[in-house]
Amino acid sequence: MNEIIAYILVSIGLIFDILGCIGLLRLPDLYTRLQAATKCVTLGTCGVMLGVFFYFGFHVEGIKALLCIFFLLFTAATGSHALVRAAYLSGEKLWEKSVCDKLKEDLEVRS
Amino acid sequence: MKSKIVFFIMALVMWSLLSWDLSLQNILIGLLVSLTLTWILGGMFSKGPDKFIQVSRYLWFLYYIPVFGWEMLKANLDVAYRVLHPDMPINPGIVKVKTKLKSETGITFLANSITLKPGTITIDCDPVNGYLYVHCINVKSQDVDEATKIIVEKFEKILTHIFE
Repeated sequence: MNEIIAYILVSIGLIFDILGCIGLLRLPDLYTRLQAATKCVTLGTCGVMLGVFFYFGFHVEGIKALLCIFFLLFTAATGSHALVRAAYLSGEKLWEKSVCDKLKEDLEVRS
Repeated sequence: MKSKIVFFIMALVMWSLLSWDLSLQNILIGLLVSLTLTWILGGMFSKGPDKFIQVSRYLWFLYYIPVFGWEMLKANLDVAYRVLHPDMPINPGIVKVKTKLKSETGITFLANSITLKPGTITIDCDPVNGYLYVHCINVKSQDVDEATKIIVEKFEKILTHIFE
């Protein structure tokens, strides 16, 4: 039973990973690409890890997979934030059809 | 001092989870490593170590995990739909949202949660006035208050109970 759940979870994870990759190729600018690249892939990897946990149960491997999810959630968020902030501050342009840019207005006021 | 004790316990728990083996030599090594780490890093760990004793915060955190997971799944499906749709109905932009959270850890957690939720990514933060700048893949409202309601409110309510 656990094995079946594990296979289902791993498959769902892989599907989200693939969706993330498609997004990376299709979306127009750095910001939207990072959305797809970091987020769909985070959930996908979490799915795979959960699958590993269900496969092994409360065993060394399973617990390590759970801890990996924990660390992945923290580092993925921090990493993508750092990337996007660095890109913005170094002048990477938004897609030309973007709706609004509140940060630009406020940065002009602050400086 | 309290901060160091909390840090020591957390390091030790993390070690025992990672090794998943409660033999004597393992625990001894764990104690040694945790003590060294505490000696180096413990002082700068937390500004409000008393908060770690209150049980209600942990219960709220347990409640936060499924809420966050569900939001993440919904948003993931939304982004997947936008990516796969032939016309790509995206509507990106940077909006400004307001947060009531004051503590550094609270704001960090909120920004991380927003970043992890697909479709939104925190670019910058103005902790003095409590503003976050969020890049959305689909901007629903450019108004500060309405955007706050859509993006922040659900997480903020729970995070207030955990970190404030």
